[in-house]
Amino acid sequence: MLSTMRDKNRQRLEKAGAVLFALIVWQIASLMLGQELLLVSPIKVVQRLLSLCAVPDFWDSIGFSFVRIMEGFFTALLAGTVLAVAAGRFHLVDVLLWPFMAAIKATPVASFIILCLVWLNSASLSVFIAFLMVLPIIYTNMLEGITNTDKKLLEMADVFHIGLFRRIHYIYLPQLMPYFLAACSVSLGLAWKSGIAAEVIGIPDGSIGEKLYKAKLYLNSTDLFAWTVAIVVVSIVVEKLFLMIIRRIYRRLEAS
Amino acid sequence: MDTVIKDLNKAFGDNQVLKGFSARFPEHKITCIMGKSGYGKTTLLNILMGLLPADSGSVEGIPPLFSAVFQENRLCDSFTAYSNIRMACKKSVSSADIRKHLIEVGLKDSLDEPVRILSGGMKRRVSIVRAVLADGDMIFMDEPFKGLDDKTKAVTAEYVKRHRRDRTVLMVTHSREETDLMGGQIFYMDLPASSPAAANTHSACYLRDIKRSEKS
Repeated sequence: MLSTMRDKNRQRLEKAGAVLFALIVWQIASLMLGQELLLVSPIKVVQRLLSLCAVPDFWDSIGFSFVRIMEGFFTALLAGTVLAVAAGRFHLVDVLLWPFMAAIKATPVASFIILCLVWLNSASLSVFIAFLMVLPIIYTNMLEGITNTDKKLLEMADVFHIGLFRRIHYIYLPQLMPYFLAACSVSLGLAWKSGIAAEVIGIPDGSIGEKLYKAKLYLNSTDLFAWTVAIVVVSIVVEKLFLMIIRRIYRRLEAS
Repeated sequence: MDTVIKDLNKAFGDNQVLKGFSARFPEHKITCIMGKSGYGKTTLLNILMGLLPADSGSVEGIPPLFSAVFQENRLCDSFTAYSNIRMACKKSVSSADIRKHLIEVGLKDSLDEPVRILSGGMKRRVSIVRAVLADGDMIFMDEPFKGLDDKTKAVTAEYVKRHRRDRTVLMVTHSREETDLMGGQIFYMDLPASSPAAANTHSACYLRDIKRSEKS
């Protein structure tokens, strides 16, 4: 237990050291280049980010994009899980869904964004694009988890006439949890990346994407970097928070 | 109703495990099925439980509700010993009952421990308590005392006998010591071709009451 904590602390220190190293490299590169337009220094980015944080519009934009991207993510989470359960139960569903999932995975996100702009308004675009990018990841991982569920435990459940709710609680949840967490960890980052890309192309008013687009339009590198850092931070915080909540809920279920 | 098996056949590829197997296991009694490894004891149990289809033959007298101790423990590792029993029991079985039963088989200190940290013998006892407390009119047990020391075997066998509530018990074992502990009857399984009288069938199997004097 103690050694595990030591290992974790060491890993955290290593990661913090690596971030510090990257910032130093960035600062040196910026100084050597000497052109803020091409590569702004991290100090300036942090200063700009802090000044942005003081403006309500910054938080409005974060909120605008957050709501839409998470809407897409949660819809995909639900749809992917339901479809995976159906595909696990009926092989035909898996066969019929295969071309759709394969096409979504292989198609560049920019193609979808441009195509969807024809059908959807720019404000809903990030919802749909985040949904589309997350769906195959959740579906594939959950289906793999369902397929790999211990058959002997399911046989035991049949013998003891264990009902659906108890099967889900005692057998499926523990076995699916690693697949679910891995899928969420990967897809949350992807939802943010694809959602912001959709906003940059669709340019809905008041979104992070609009701010990025304007920064690019006015060649404002400092704002571009500051907004990018903000996206990375929000994306990481949301991912960690979400995974922590899911783990806690699961631990409570395990203890019940 | 007695369990009546007629002309049961089961093969896995070229390996004919059961050939013309017939038997009658009396209702409400403990029957210990003995025989060497590979003689088809577990296959027979799995067919009776409906987990394996037979190639041909008939089985009558298996109640719709029964419980089992499988060859493997088949427990949910991340849940406690208590939760594993709760999962398989009706709501009418109280928490106090579950705890009492687990204490009876010597698991007092492990009631609320996740099963994954329990020893093999402890897990085995959890799966035995699960089978005893679950609803049903019959208990199938496949080498239930595997991995238990002599003293624990005796305690656990007494526990099963005390709580089986007149249910029919079919137990597979290799050990005469275990059949002595359980009492009831022994059913010897032989290989299809190992007895001239058997005429290449499993009919050489026979049933007899366990007598202490038989103990070698």
